[in-house]
This record gives sequence, C-alpha cells and structure tokens, in this order.
Amino acid sequence: MTEPQNASPLLHIDGLRIDLPLDGAPRTVVHRADVTIPEGRAVALVGESGSGKSLTARCVMGLLPGSARIHGDVRFAGESVPGMNAERLRAFRAAEVAMVFQDPRAHINPARSIGDFLIEGLTTARRVPSGEAVKKVTGILREVGIPDADRRMRQRPHELSGGLLQRVMIAAALAVEPRLLLADEPTTALDVTTQEEVMAIIGEAREARGLALLFITHDLELAAAVSDRVVVMYAGSTVEELPAARLRAHAAHPYTRALLASRPSVFDEAAELRSIPGRPLSGFEAPEGCAFSDRCTHVQDVCRSERPQPSPHGDAFAACHFPYVLASEETADHA
Amino acid sequence: MSLRFLSVRLGMLVLTVLVSSLAIYGAMFLTPGDPATLLVGGSRNPDPAVLAQIRSDYHLDDPFLAGYWHWLSNFLQGDFGQSLVYRDSVTGLIGDRAGDTVALVAYAAVLVLAGGMLIGTVAALRGGRTEALATTLTAGAMAVPTFVMAVLLIWLFAVRLPWFPVYGSGEGFTDTLAHLTLPAVALALSWIGYVAQVTRTAVRGELRSEHVETARSRGVPERVVIRRHVLHNASGAMFAVSGVGIAGLIATAAVAEQAFGTGGLGALMIEAASKQDMAVVQAVSLIFVIVFVVINTGVDLISAAVDPRIAAQKGAIR
Repeated sequence: MTEPQNASPLLHIDGLRIDLPLDGAPRTVVHRADVTIPEGRAVALVGESGSGKSLTARCVMGLLPGSARIHGDVRFAGESVPGMNAERLRAFRAAEVAMVFQDPRAHINPARSIGDFLIEGLTTARRVPSGEAVKKVTGILREVGIPDADRRMRQRPHELSGGLLQRVMIAAALAVEPRLLLADEPTTALDVTTQEEVMAIIGEAREARGLALLFITHDLELAAAVSDRVVVMYAGSTVEELPAARLRAHAAHPYTRALLASRPSVFDEAAELRSIPGRPLSGFEAPEGCAFSDRCTHVQDVCRSERPQPSPHGDAFAACHFPYVLASEETADHA
Repeated sequence: MSLRFLSVRLGMLVLTVLVSSLAIYGAMFLTPGDPATLLVGGSRNPDPAVLAQIRSDYHLDDPFLAGYWHWLSNFLQGDFGQSLVYRDSVTGLIGDRAGDTVALVAYAAVLVLAGGMLIGTVAALRGGRTEALATTLTAGAMAVPTFVMAVLLIWLFAVRLPWFPVYGSGEGFTDTLAHLTLPAVALALSWIGYVAQVTRTAVRGELRSEHVETARSRGVPERVVIRRHVLHNASGAMFAVSGVGIAGLIATAAVAEQAFGTGGLGALMIEAASKQDMAVVQAVSLIFVIVFVVINTGVDLISAAVDPRIAAQKGAIR
C-alpha cells in the first residue's frame, strides 16, 4: 500500500505471530497479521470472536501477558514495540497510543471517581499538575458531549450510563494527545442509539486532531463506514486488506464475500438471512491449509494442503489461492 | 455513603442487639429449674427469704416482658445487677477484667490485620513459589483451633524455649505485652490465615481485572497501579474479613484467657457459667454481642466509604 503523502507508516504490523500457553502447551493464536496504518489514517480490523483481532491490538500496546511469545514485528514510527524495555513501553503508552476498550463498566475502576480516572493518565504517567489536568479534561469532556463536566467528575462510574461512560473513556484517551487511537469494539457493549453517537464522537475527534485509528470490530459495514482501509482477519490470520470504499465491489477473499452476503438487506425484507455454513475457528484451531477451507464454497485440494500467502491485486491484498477477481463490473454475481 | 444506608445499618444493629438480649434473658427461663435458684448461684438449699428477695429484685414474678424490660434498661444504664457468687456488683467484676480482654483482643487484632494483610498481599503480588508456600501455611493455620494452638505454644515455650511467659497476666506495659504474646498468637493465628487467604484472592482478582489493564495501558507506573487500583479495590474485602476476624477474636478470647490464665471477661464468663452465676453470664454475653455487632457495623460502614457501590447495592435491598 503506497499512498503518495506517506513515506513511513505510523504503525506497521509485519508478519506478526503470537503464541500463548493454553493448558500448559504453547499454541499459536495469531498466525500471521499484517496491518499498516499511515499517520492520520483509519484502518478497521474486522473479524469474528477468536479471530485474533483483539490480541493483535493488545500487542500494539505491549499489553500481552508475559507468557506470550511474539514473532514478526510491530513497529510504531519505525520503533519496535516488542523490543521496548519496561520504562520505554510505559512512556510510549503514556504519550503516543491510547486504547478505548469494549466495556467501559469493567474497564474503568468502579471504586474511583470519574475525575480521578480522567486525569490519572496525565498526573501519574506524565506528571502534569492536577489543576492543569482537570482543566484539560474538562475541555475534552465538553468536546465529547458532556457539558456538566464538574458534576460528572465528582460522580462514580456506577452513576453514569454506559454511553456516557464510553464517552468518558474516549475523553481519557484523547487527553494524552496520542498519535494512534486503538478502539476495541467500542460500541459493542452499548445500545444501538448510543453506538452511533459514540462512533460520531470518535470520528470528529479523529478529524480535529489528525489522529490515526485502529478500529477493531466484527461489523464489516461499520468498518467500511468509519475507516479508510479494511483488514479482515480469520482464525488468526489477516486474509484480506483493501480500501473501504471498494469493499462491496472488490472484496476478493471468499470469507469477506460470504460476510458481505450474510448481512440482512434493508431493501428486501422477505429475503432469507444467509449465513456461512460451519462455525468460526479460533486461531489455535486453524488447520494446516487455508483456515477457511472447510467453509469455503470454492474449495479445491490445494486449499486443504497449502496455506495461501497474501498476494497483491491492485492496491489490495488477499490470502487466497483462488481470489475473486472482477472480470467485468457487470457480472458481480459469483457467490 | 447515603444517610439511608447509615440509618439502615444502625437500625439493624439495634435490632440484632434487641433480639440477642431477648434470647440471653429468655435463656434463664428455658434452663431447667427456678430462675431464682439459678441467680442464687446453684447452692443446694437456698434460704427462702433470699429467694423471695431475688424474686422481687429481678422482677421474676412480673410478666416476662416487664421483667425483660427492667433488666435491659438497667443494663443500658450500666447497672448489671449483683453477683451472689462473687458477692460483688457485676459492673465491678466486669470493670476489673475488661482491660485484660481489651488488651488481649487489641494485640491479637494487630497481629491479624498486619500479618494477614501483609502475607496475603505479598503472596498475590509475588506469585509463584512464594504464593504456593503462603497458601499452604495459611491454610494450615486456618485449620488449627485456638485451644490446640494454645496447648502447642504452652508446650513449646514452657518446655523448650523460655522466651515468653506461658501463664498469668503480668505487671506494667512490657511485662503485660510479654505475657499476652502467646495468648494473642494462639488467638490470632487461624484468623491470620483466614485474612491472608481472602486478601490473596482479592488482590489476585484485582490484578487480573479489566480496569487494571486500562491503567497499565495508560502508562501508569506499576507502583501506582498496585496502590491506587489493586490494593484500593481489594481493601473492601480485606476490611470485611478483618472485621469478622476481630469480632471472632472476642468470641474465642475466652479460650485463650482460660488456657493461659491471663484473666479477663472470657475467663470470667466460663467461671461464672460453671458456678451457675446467671447475672454475670447474662451481662458478659450481652456485652460480647454488642461489641461484636458494633465492630461488624463499623466494618460495613468503612467498606461502604471505600467502595460506594456497596452502599448503593445494600441500600437498595429493602
């Protein structure tokens, strides 16, 4: 992916493999993840639970447990994250990346006040005087749509709704002025109406600050709507990467196409909801060949024996022996 | 902490004391024989004149509730009646011995709080072998009852190591402390184990919690993460179990006092019970109940102040 305005990418995940001990034996939970995010761009990492998308994101922040073995590399502005020592990693987390977690009720300390949570990143990790920190987070709270900041800061997490708490989490992430924001399914724990508001807040903040975003989701449509590029993961491997705008027409991997086909249609309510046969695999269950081979309608013998490597087509990549390539714009009916 | 939570807890305190006092007073009528005979102190042939005197003093011929109310209101005014066995006012008997029990329980409480919380916290934070060793030792400590520990300590220090006195209560501060060491250890040990286990589990749980991951993801120094998030959030469970532990110390203090001959309210109660001195048994029992309930309520209030969710949850159950 070569975009003219970017020389070196802000984040470059290159052939990442993660082994974690499960029941005592090391198991490969992520086989091969490749993700590149240029400065200021948004990339969505899409996959089902168990696909390894959250582990990949945690690896970017060095948040994997000490028992994890990491191969390949994660480079932030050219610097290897797995290669950082504890002190450098702490400084990196305090200033350059921030994460918005899925469930704000579990991820914000329930026994401390909202104000404590908001300023903590600045006061303890960056030694900003607390008066200054309070002033700063008050401004950001207004920006994310929490006008009565003074009152909210005195409250405890259990006194706030889920949507409000997620805004608090976003405000806390923005307060440290990171260059990269990681959002791990930030709307999954919320109800539908607040989901849209939260996504809009993230989008506005990103635009205002030129922030890069790694957006983790299981929702392909949402991914395409909020990001520049979409990366699809299946059973511990990134299987496809392409520009978000071309997702519908140009998706080349059978898994991506099957996911797109299984969305309910707004226009044809009578249409039967399609699903992908079989069940999703976790990274450590992936067979030797293509992980999707058991569920793929185009499977051939080579798919079962040989794992496909990501290969480029245009400015996109797909890891498939028989990628769907558009013969002509008219005949898009393949599946 | 809401005013409602506070009033609910205090109301429950009063209710518990009332119900227990009713049981303690009523027990006198449930025991076989004439309450007046019990109050005399179990002598075989009490003088009928003395019995009549007791009947009127204790309002035994009044209806049950009137007699109970008379006893309770006197108790609340600090008048615990007369011990016919000791030929002294019960208030005086208790006043003479309360200090010994307070000192013993306070000593043991310090051991439980400091020892239990320290062992549990270190075990959870270090993990590995330290944790395995601490878990095994504290599980063992939990299993040893006070009277067994008392016998073991007496044997060890009386026969093998002359470091601490094994009998009596001592004079002056340092001597008293030395005399109270073994009883306090015997009393505290199983509670140290208990508090250490609960502390370890609580700290472990917080270390794995999502909000701790958040704090780490923000580059908060590990020291601060441990203090502000792990220990702060685990402290609710730590205080709760310590409170139960300290209240439990009061209940078992009698065993240690009796075994080491340190004297105190527990020893007084055992002695009074064996001499069937009902007035003393009643007064000491009710004092123990009140102290027990007050400590438990205090712990609840502290827990609620530390973690406001507790007040929100418990206040809602009505």
